[in-house]
Amino acid sequence: MLKRTPLYEEHLALGAKMVPFAGWEMPVSYPSGIIAEHLAVRSNVGIFDIGHMGVIDLSGTETLAFIQYIATNDASLLSENECQYSILCNESGGAIDDILVYRLKDRYRIVANASNTDKVLAHFNEQVKKFAGINIEHRSGLAMQSLQGPKAKDIAPELSGLKHNHCADWKGMSVSRTGYTGEDGFEFFVPKENSVEVWRGFIDRKVQPCGLGSRDTLRLEAGLPLYGHEYNDAVGPLEVGYSWAVKFEKGDFIGKAALKNRMVGKKLVGLKLSEKAVPREGYLIKVGGKVVGQVSSGTFSPTLKTPAALAFIDKEFSRKGQAVEIEIRGNLYPAVVSAKKLV
Amino acid sequence: MKHPEGLIYSKEHEWAKIEGDSATIGITWHAQDALGDIVFVEVPAVGAEFKQMEEFGVVESVKTVSNLYCPVSGKVTAVNPELIKRPEIINEDPHGQGWIIKIKMSDPAEAHKLLSADEYESLLAG
Repeated sequence: MLKRTPLYEEHLALGAKMVPFAGWEMPVSYPSGIIAEHLAVRSNVGIFDIGHMGVIDLSGTETLAFIQYIATNDASLLSENECQYSILCNESGGAIDDILVYRLKDRYRIVANASNTDKVLAHFNEQVKKFAGINIEHRSGLAMQSLQGPKAKDIAPELSGLKHNHCADWKGMSVSRTGYTGEDGFEFFVPKENSVEVWRGFIDRKVQPCGLGSRDTLRLEAGLPLYGHEYNDAVGPLEVGYSWAVKFEKGDFIGKAALKNRMVGKKLVGLKLSEKAVPREGYLIKVGGKVVGQVSSGTFSPTLKTPAALAFIDKEFSRKGQAVEIEIRGNLYPAVVSAKKLV
Repeated sequence: MKHPEGLIYSKEHEWAKIEGDSATIGITWHAQDALGDIVFVEVPAVGAEFKQMEEFGVVESVKTVSNLYCPVSGKVTAVNPELIKRPEIINEDPHGQGWIIKIKMSDPAEAHKLLSADEYESLLAG
């Protein structure tokens, strides 16, 4: 049985195409289509139901020590109402999940990927045994919504002064200036009983409803990794190029020893194509007939109006401007290595 | 009905419009709706020959890629030239402007193996 967010009926009423995703029944797109939804977020504003994301609150005296131990970034740097990107590594330096860590007034909050929430909770319950008096609370009564785009601040002008990666209370809920699209925007922790009212407030103001399809194309164009594509048990922050989120000097943490000694032979890069065939996950990248890498996420980029991809590629061939070929259905198509951030 | 009478349909979601021994071929309203925004169509060259339900190309949407199967056997006599510049016409008008290829049929009797509009819609309602 698939889970539904409090907005399920709203999506049906808007004509959304619903798909199973990570155990949830979620909108992949609305009748406007992925391209229109994508472009609305790049140039205007869109609203996403991300009620499937896992919200986990941690409280108790040793909570900071616990977070420092399970996640790679340095949570001691956070001020109250600030958040940071971090990675939950396993002992071998691969990723269990990538998360946001919030420092709230009386607690810390973790936002985990929907597909990993159960695994993260099990991991926390195991690791917490090494610490005293930590309370782990899965906040399934909160369903997140994400307002994204350059005009998001015009929809919530009271929040226009909120700093990036900071949060505040707004209309009885927490909101942070964060997102997963490469645009400005806000993510709301909405109590379930208010979900429909909050959502309709955006829809009534002509904010474009956006599904998981455009969420994926937007994050891909922005070069943002997605667990299951750019991260997995064996592939962690160093391969993704996120060593900035790994703070070796902060003390011990899970995966530290492995990450220190880890040899990273491949690098995550962006690829731009001039022809129209679309590279997809798993397609091989070649130079001079030799395989030098593999596509981790590929799509048609609505902004560039060409196909584009993220790919892991041998370091030797990972410099910007490097010409490569992508094998698509047995034919080789030219592509050029670019920064992960494609737009 | 989203799928017009007068066309015949394959279980793989192609349609064919038969005129004499010529068949115009495209993908159904249902297929384009399921795929979403179409961004690229890989088509065969004029003169290529296909057997019934053989793969003749692919259609790419933002989300996914899907094979195209030739609903009747024969030789390609034309490829829709508009698709190179505006593949989205398949979304806009799947049974008309969004046609993909024309085939000179080698065995017109094969058309009987395909579905009527009613039968196709029953298949979808499945």
